[in-house]
Amino acid sequence: MSDTPSGDTVLEVRDLHTHFFLRRGVVKAVDGVSFSLKRGEVLGLVGESGCGKSLTALSLMRLLPKGGARTIKGEVLLGGENLLERTPAEMRAIRGRRLSMVLQDPQTSLNPVFTVGDQLREAIERRRKGASLAEIMKEAVAALRRVEIAAPEQRIGQYPHQMSGGMKQRVVGAIAISGEPEVLIADEPTTALDVTIQLQYLKLLKRLQAENGMAILFITHDFGVVGRMCDRVAVMYAGRIVECGPVKQIFEAPSHPYTRALIASVPKMTGTVGRLTTIEGQPPSLMDLPKGCRFASRCGLVEQRCLDAYPATVQVGEAHTADCWKVSPS
Amino acid sequence: MKRYIARRLMQGVALLFVVATIVFILGRLTGNPVDLMLPEDATAEDRANLTRALDLDGTLTDQFLIFAGKALHGDLGTSIRMKQPAVQVFFDRLPNTLALIPWALLLGMALGIPLGVVAALHRGSWLDRAAGTVAVLGIAMPSFWLGILLIFVFSVELGWLPSSRMGGPEHYVLPVITLGTFLVAGFMRITRSAMLEVMESEFVKLARIKGLSETTVIWKHCLRNALIPVLTLWGVFVSNLITGAIVTETVFAWPGIGRLTYEAVIFRDFPLLQAVIILKSILILGVNLGVDILYAYVDPRIRLP
Ligand SMILES: Nc1ncnc2c1ncn2[C@@H]1O[C@H](COP(=O)(O)OP(=O)(O)O)[C@@H](O)[C@H]1O
Ligand code: SF4
Ligand SMILES: [Mg+2]
Repeated sequence: MSDTPSGDTVLEVRDLHTHFFLRRGVVKAVDGVSFSLKRGEVLGLVGESGCGKSLTALSLMRLLPKGGARTIKGEVLLGGENLLERTPAEMRAIRGRRLSMVLQDPQTSLNPVFTVGDQLREAIERRRKGASLAEIMKEAVAALRRVEIAAPEQRIGQYPHQMSGGMKQRVVGAIAISGEPEVLIADEPTTALDVTIQLQYLKLLKRLQAENGMAILFITHDFGVVGRMCDRVAVMYAGRIVECGPVKQIFEAPSHPYTRALIASVPKMTGTVGRLTTIEGQPPSLMDLPKGCRFASRCGLVEQRCLDAYPATVQVGEAHTADCWKVSPS
Repeated sequence: MKRYIARRLMQGVALLFVVATIVFILGRLTGNPVDLMLPEDATAEDRANLTRALDLDGTLTDQFLIFAGKALHGDLGTSIRMKQPAVQVFFDRLPNTLALIPWALLLGMALGIPLGVVAALHRGSWLDRAAGTVAVLGIAMPSFWLGILLIFVFSVELGWLPSSRMGGPEHYVLPVITLGTFLVAGFMRITRSAMLEVMESEFVKLARIKGLSETTVIWKHCLRNALIPVLTLWGVFVSNLITGAIVTETVFAWPGIGRLTYEAVIFRDFPLLQAVIILKSILILGVNLGVDILYAYVDPRIRLP
C-alpha cells in the first residue's frame, strides 16, 4: 500500500498486526493491514467471513475481545496521533467523540434494561457537559428524528425490545454519531436486517455522512452493497488487504484474482442487494499461513513464484494497488 | 399483569390444597398422635377427650372435611402446649423471624454481589479464587456450627455481644451473620456467572464505544443486567430463610417461627406443627409471587400477559 497521507486524511492505518495468542498457536487475524481514509470519504472493507474485518475495526477502537488478542505492530493515526500509544483514559475520550462504531447485530447492541432515551443521553452528555437534563433529552429526540424514527418523543421512553430490528439499528446509529465523530466504523450494519430495511439504512447512513462530513469505514462481506455505499474499496483476504482502489475502477477492472472472484460471485450488480456466493475452496488457516500468496490454494493463475514468496504490492493505477504476482503495473 | 397475578394466586391456592392434604395424610400415617402426646399412664377418658379435641374421631373422610372446613375459616387447631389457637401462636412469632430476614438478605447481597463482580472482573486470578473460597466456606459451614462458634468468640470469650434472645440491635448481630453467611456464597456465585456472561455482550461493547468510563460500564450496564438472575434467587433465599431459620433461631433462642417449629416437634405439639407447615407454605408462595412480580418490573422485556 502506498497511500500518501495528504492534508485531508483523517485516519491512516499502517501495517497493523493483531494476533490471538492461544495455547494451541497464534491466530494471525490481522496481519499487516494498511489503508487510509479521507475526510468525508466512505471506504469499503470487503472480504469473506473470518478474514479479519471485525478485528481490524476493534483494533482501531482498541476494544479487542478478551482471550489473548493483542495488537503487536503497526500504527493507527487519527488526525496524525497514533491511537496505539494512547492511554486507556485518552482512548475513552476519543471513543464516541472522534472515532465511533456501529455493530452488526441490532438485537444485541442495545442494553435491554435501559430505555433508548437513557442510552442516547449517555452518549450526548459526553459532548454537552453541564447541560440540563431537559436540554439533553431535547437533543436525544432530535437525534432520533435525524435517523428517521417516527414519533421520537414516544420512542425515547421505550425499551429496545419494543422496537423492530431496523429501528434499533437506527438508534444504534444515532448513538454512534451523537458525539459527532470524525470517523465512523460500520461493521456489517445491515447484515442482520431484511433486504428492504437494508436499503433504507444504507440511504440513511449516506445522508448522515453527507450532512456532517464524517468518514466511514464500511465493513461488509457483500460486494453488492459496496457499489451503492463506497467511494473506495479495500479487499481483505486472510488478514491482509490484497487490493485497494476507487470503486469504479475495481468494478470495471478488478486486478486481483480474488477480487475478480468476489465480484463474479455477486448475482447481478444492477440488482438490488447481491449476496456473496461462496468461492470454491477454503481460505488458509490463520494459524498456519503459507509463506507465499495466501490466495494461492484457490487461485486459477497460481504458479511457482506465488508459492515461494508473498507478492509485492503493485501500483495498478492512480490510487489503485494489488498484491499479486500476475498483475502488471500500469 | 392483573390476570397474571390472578392466575398465580389460583395456582397458589391449588398448591396449598395439596400441601394441606399431604400434611393431613402424613399426620395420620405417622401413627396416632394421641399415643405420641399422652403420657404412658393416661386413662382411657383422657385419650377420648384428646381424640375429640384433635378432631381425630370419625372416619378419615369426616376428619378431612372437618379439618378443611376449619382451615378455610382460619382455624388450624389449638396448640396443645400453649393452649392457644395455632394460627395466633404462629402470627405472634412471625414478626420476630421477619425482623431477621431483611438484614440477612442485605448482608448476603452487600458482601456477595460486590464479591461476585470482583471475581468476574479478575476471572482466573487469585482474587477470583479467594472469592470462590470464601463462597464455599460460607456454604460448607453448618449454621449451628457457625452460630456456636460466633457465640463462643463474641459472647463467651470477648463478651461483646449477647448470645441469645431478642432485644436491642446488638441482639441481631450474631443471628444475622449466621443466616447471612449462608447467602453470601449464593449471591456471589450467581453474580459472578451472570457478570461473566453480560460482560461479553454486544451492548457492553457499544457502551465502551460511546466512551463511557469503566465504572459506568461495569457497575451500571453490566451489573444491572446481572442483577436479574440475582433477583430470582431472592425467592429461593427468602424461602430458605423461612425454613432454614430453624437451626439459627434454635441456637440463638430467637423466638421466631423457626424456633416455634423446633418447639412444636420437640413437644410433640401436633396441631401446632400442622399449622406451622401450612402457614409457612402460604408465606413461601406469597414471597415467590412477590419476587416474580418484582422480576417483571426489573426486566422490562417480561411483559406479563
Ligand atoms: N475470540 C477469538 N479467539 C480466537 N480467534 C478468534 C477470536 N475471534 C476471532 N478469531 C479469529 O479471527 C479471525 C477474524 O475474525 P473477524 O475479524 O471477526 O472476521 P470477520 O469480521 O472478517 O468475519 C477469525 O477467522 C477467527 O479465526
Ligand atoms: S499471486 Fe499468484 S496465486 Fe496469488 S493471486 Fe496472484 S496469481 Fe493467484
Ligand atoms: Mg465480522
